[in-house]
Amino acid sequence: MLSRRTFAGAALLGAALGLAAAVGASVTAAEQPKTVAVTAIVEHPALDAARKGIKDELAAEGYLEGRDLKLEFESAQGSPATAAQIAQKFVGEKPDVIVPISTPSAQAVVGATKSIPVVFTAVTDPVGAKLVPNLEHPGGNVTGMSDLSPIRLHLDLIKEIMPKATHLGVIYNPGEANSMTLLNLLQKEAPGHGLSLVGAPAPRSADVLAAAQSLVGDVDAIYVPTDNTVVTALEAIVKIGTDNQLPVFAGDTDSVPRGAIAALGFNYYDLGRQTGKIVARVLKGEKPGDLPVESIKTTQLFVNPGAAKAMGITLPDSVIKRAKVVVG
Amino acid sequence: MNQVALFGAIEIGLIYGLVALGVLLSFRVLNFPDLTVDGSFPLGAAVAASAIVNGTNPYFATLLAILAGALAGLVTALLNVRFRILHLLASILTMIALFSINLRIMGRPNVALLGEPTVLTPFEGLGVRSMLLRPALVGIAVALVMLLLTRFLASDYGLALRATGANPRMARAQGIATGRAICLGMALSNALVALAGALFAQTNGFADITIGTGTIVVGLAAVIIGETLLPARRLGAAVVATVLGSILYRLAVAFALNAHVLGLEASDLNLVTAVLVGVALVLPGARDPLRTLLGRRARA
Repeated sequence: MLSRRTFAGAALLGAALGLAAAVGASVTAAEQPKTVAVTAIVEHPALDAARKGIKDELAAEGYLEGRDLKLEFESAQGSPATAAQIAQKFVGEKPDVIVPISTPSAQAVVGATKSIPVVFTAVTDPVGAKLVPNLEHPGGNVTGMSDLSPIRLHLDLIKEIMPKATHLGVIYNPGEANSMTLLNLLQKEAPGHGLSLVGAPAPRSADVLAAAQSLVGDVDAIYVPTDNTVVTALEAIVKIGTDNQLPVFAGDTDSVPRGAIAALGFNYYDLGRQTGKIVARVLKGEKPGDLPVESIKTTQLFVNPGAAKAMGITLPDSVIKRAKVVVG
Repeated sequence: MNQVALFGAIEIGLIYGLVALGVLLSFRVLNFPDLTVDGSFPLGAAVAASAIVNGTNPYFATLLAILAGALAGLVTALLNVRFRILHLLASILTMIALFSINLRIMGRPNVALLGEPTVLTPFEGLGVRSMLLRPALVGIAVALVMLLLTRFLASDYGLALRATGANPRMARAQGIATGRAICLGMALSNALVALAGALFAQTNGFADITIGTGTIVVGLAAVIIGETLLPARRLGAAVVATVLGSILYRLAVAFALNAHVLGLEASDLNLVTAVLVGVALVLPGARDPLRTLLGRRARA
């Protein structure tokens, strides 16, 4: 019994490998249209939107799927081991560009090839993830886009609305990796904007009220970064802001209808469009290593003039005119 | 499937073969349904990656990972043996605790190893293509583990372990300290799983807090595929069958990744994998697959 089963199993495996080789051959034979291989760690609304953005931008750049472009997509369905296998598969197929979406997918792809051009996207901290040695001139075969909050633009906005502000309070959860990255970036950017930062840590949502209270008297405005713990308790911060005439700014646009006076957000479709532009440049022959890692350029401004009035300031007309959404 | 994908599948299959051997030890030899695996795999990755990033020699870092895994297994065993917590629940407790512990060890959800020295670094200058080098080196490591494990299971300690799993009352009557045997077996099982995690992190360039999800499912699938395709009464053969089962599982995934040819979508991946593994399990034993399916239904 053992031998027959073993034989059957081996035969099945053999057939599988044979068919696999045939499939592989057919994939590598066609060379004419450009191939772009996209992979994401999991199906997710934001990541799917980014993928759609990449496809649409490539079409706008003249790479129409099916005609000038072979666009391949694989999802690891949440499994990093599968992400590693997808990376190997793509490297074996030698596409013109590999586009990994999300940090684990990007790490798997960058670990698997040193020669095929890679344009990653939706990675918060590309340097910390060791995808590139620096953002300005990555060198090698890798470049891409970060989905980090556009902190500099956020500070620009705060200064535009409150030119006299000198002290900015920031409430954050020290246990959230993303928030610590944002805080480091804020600390780097704030002096250039004539702001000094006052941090108020809140490890749990229940601590947010006390953290906001601790800022009263020390700051001119409060900035709420995209921190899950803190955003959950936004209403507490808005209350402190209203009671003490401290304008509250947010990092995400969803917080504006909840009482923050203004926020500059972005969506993952636009992130995908911008990534598509980089992919197109690489397809046209530019070296990924020469292209700086980009951060989001297309943003949407949400403002809440009612909340601004309650917190003792008036939003400049230029800001309200620019806003995509005016709440209240 | 191209060559790189094929060798990649074999490499990952070999690494998960270590997980499957751990599962064989707990589920089959000790008869201890152990879910610690979902925590000890990322634990191995976290310990190895954090140690390497902090300048530890990769081989020593891997050893630390193995010890950490053994410790995790020991905790589950002690919760069961000492505190009489049901084995399944004991392992769930350790597994969920390890999620937080792994975050503590790494200090963040993801530690990158790209460009850092790994256990593969000393061999990279030999001129072998990395596509072949990685599965070859992992293969040597796994073969070594298989040899040691087979010899261990045939030793006095190993026999005590098997007796404990087969019939604990009888084992106690023969003077075997079954509690100690469970501790030893569980430590060994999770040490193997952590070794797999450490190798995964080093061959793929990162440790991530999410890499443990579903590890136990993959490990169990590999054990059962191995048992079905190579039914063996000798444990040595079962060890070989388990690793082969793991490789076959990964080949099924690699295959499913090429299912576009059949008009399937990327989101069908897991379904295609499941069908392929299912077919591989059913077909070999059946002269007429349809009758087998119907026959099974009749029996159920």
